[in-house]
Amino acid sequence: MLTLHCPCCGIQADETELAPGGQAHLTRHGPGSSDEDFHDYLFTRANPRGVHFERWRHAAGCGKWFHAARDTQTLEVFGTYAAQTLAPPQHIRDAITERRPDWTWHASGRATE
Amino acid sequence: MKRYSAFAVAREAARYHLGWERAWAAPEPKAQYDVVIVGAGGHGLATAYYLGKNFGITNVAVIEKGWLGGGNTGRNTTIIRSNYLQDASAAIYEKSRGLYETLSQDLNYNVMFSPRGVMMLAQTQHEIRGYQRTAQANALQGVTTEWIAPARVKELLPIINLDGPRYPVLGALWQARGGTARHDAVAWGYARACSAMGMDILQKCEVTGIRQQGGQVTGVETTRGEIGCTRLGIVVAGHSGVLAEMAGFRLPVESVALQALVSEPIKPCMDVVVMANTVHGYMSQSDKGEMVIGGGADGFNNYTQRGSFHHIEETVRALVETFPMISRLKMLRQWGGIVDMTGDRSPILSKTPLAGCFINCGWGTGGFKAIPGSGWGFAELMAKGHSPLTEAFTLDRFREGRFIDESVAAGVAH
Ligand SMILES: Cc1cc2nc3c(=O)[nH]c(=O)nc-3n(C[C@H](O)[C@H](O)[C@H](O)COP(=O)(O)OP(=O)(O)OC[C@H]3O[C@@H](n4cnc5c(N)ncnc54)[C@H](O)[C@@H]3O)c2cc1C
Ligand SMILES: [Zn+2]
Repeated sequence: MLTLHCPCCGIQADETELAPGGQAHLTRHGPGSSDEDFHDYLFTRANPRGVHFERWRHAAGCGKWFHAARDTQTLEVFGTYAAQTLAPPQHIRDAITERRPDWTWHASGRATE
Repeated sequence: MKRYSAFAVAREAARYHLGWERAWAAPEPKAQYDVVIVGAGGHGLATAYYLGKNFGITNVAVIEKGWLGGGNTGRNTTIIRSNYLQDASAAIYEKSRGLYETLSQDLNYNVMFSPRGVMMLAQTQHEIRGYQRTAQANALQGVTTEWIAPARVKELLPIINLDGPRYPVLGALWQARGGTARHDAVAWGYARACSAMGMDILQKCEVTGIRQQGGQVTGVETTRGEIGCTRLGIVVAGHSGVLAEMAGFRLPVESVALQALVSEPIKPCMDVVVMANTVHGYMSQSDKGEMVIGGGADGFNNYTQRGSFHHIEETVRALVETFPMISRLKMLRQWGGIVDMTGDRSPILSKTPLAGCFINCGWGTGGFKAIPGSGWGFAELMAKGHSPLTEAFTLDRFREGRFIDESVAAGVAH
């Protein structure tokens, strides 16, 4: 079973306590944006086989949102971090690079290896 | 290719079964094909088959990174039905169900299509309204379904417990001509027929890159060398995002795990397929006697073909209330497949931003039933550039707001 450390309340939470919230670090394009950006914000999602950043909610715990960095091919968890960030913090990026040396962060919210 | 027949069985029985041929060839890749299909699941193989059969295009390779039918086609619970809500869905799923009826004869391969009837249980007031609406929509679409009362449910399915305290059975949507087929046989039958037409099925050959020149596809890079083509069909289910990335475009698709399990074999006890969508459970009995059970999909991206145990627990817990007799059954095997989910829970059969490159994906939890119809339509799209069966399922329907919303209608897996 997937377990994630909730950075809000400090608990190592079981998957059954958690609600997945989809891809993290999306830019919320709205009025005034191009059709292309609005379309991508609404529908297009990163779907990598490898490093992925997600939003999760500690639904049956403290109820708060947070972010997680995971590998979708191995189910390895690189770390969790606060929801109030626009990009993964340096210590999370370092943890990923340590395990996946070829990995680089793309500002669009996509990670490639 | 020697035809299979009762006579062939007798002939081989008389000579110790030494005369059976290999069902399909194992060729070396050629440098160039007219059409390359990536993915030898049911949808990829059916596409190749109808390209040959309906359009005479046989210089075709189907490229598979593992073994043919080893993806979701060989991992699903084989439910076949066409009682969808939207007209575009009804058209392609009903075409598919119709093709299944004569597929064994058409392919000269027994796919064991068994139109035993599919029953979708209504266990909430919401579902009663939803299914009555679907029955009306189906009547207009020419798809034969009916709303049936609990007494009729019990008559068709004596092992059911109608008045479970949490999930009472309030009626059902019944499609008498739905059913099941043998999943492996569908892949094998199409593969054999494609091979007989001279097409190359290249197994253990992974596509690692897509080559293009001036916005036009020119071929693929694979673990068995470069292979050129003028038209490319990407039909890789859960790996669609990975292939789209190689081709330089992105998709409104996410890949998640969906699981199934089978019990020890028992004597025949139910001869219909049951779906209980409120509790995310569905069940049928295989010809071997195993109870085949499917559950809900996981909520997070995953490529491991392993799902979360608690989903199985939820499914089985709910089914035990509705079918008390399965409570003592031992489960034999459990597995997962990676399904490709779109936002409106409908597939994508479409041209792509890369000229000559087409994609068929997004069948998610419910594409086994669609294999013949999807192959039929997608082959037409690839051969002629348009197909009435696929025209609603384009990639730009999201941009244009033309959703084919089946998430509310189906409510659940497959
Ligand atoms: C547990 C479960 C239960 C299901 N139950 C039902 C059901 O009851 N009814 C129903 O209608 N549907 C059901 N489905 C859905 C159904 O199985 C799928 O929609 C359908 O099989 C998809 O077929 P496909 O040919 O598109 O994909 P697949 O059969 O997955 O074939 C895709 C192929 O592409 C190959 N591939 C991937 N990447 C590459 C690459 N880079 N190079 C070369 N090859 C590659 C894969 O190895 C794979 O063999 C279920 C699915 C699951 C997982
Ligand atoms: Zn918490």
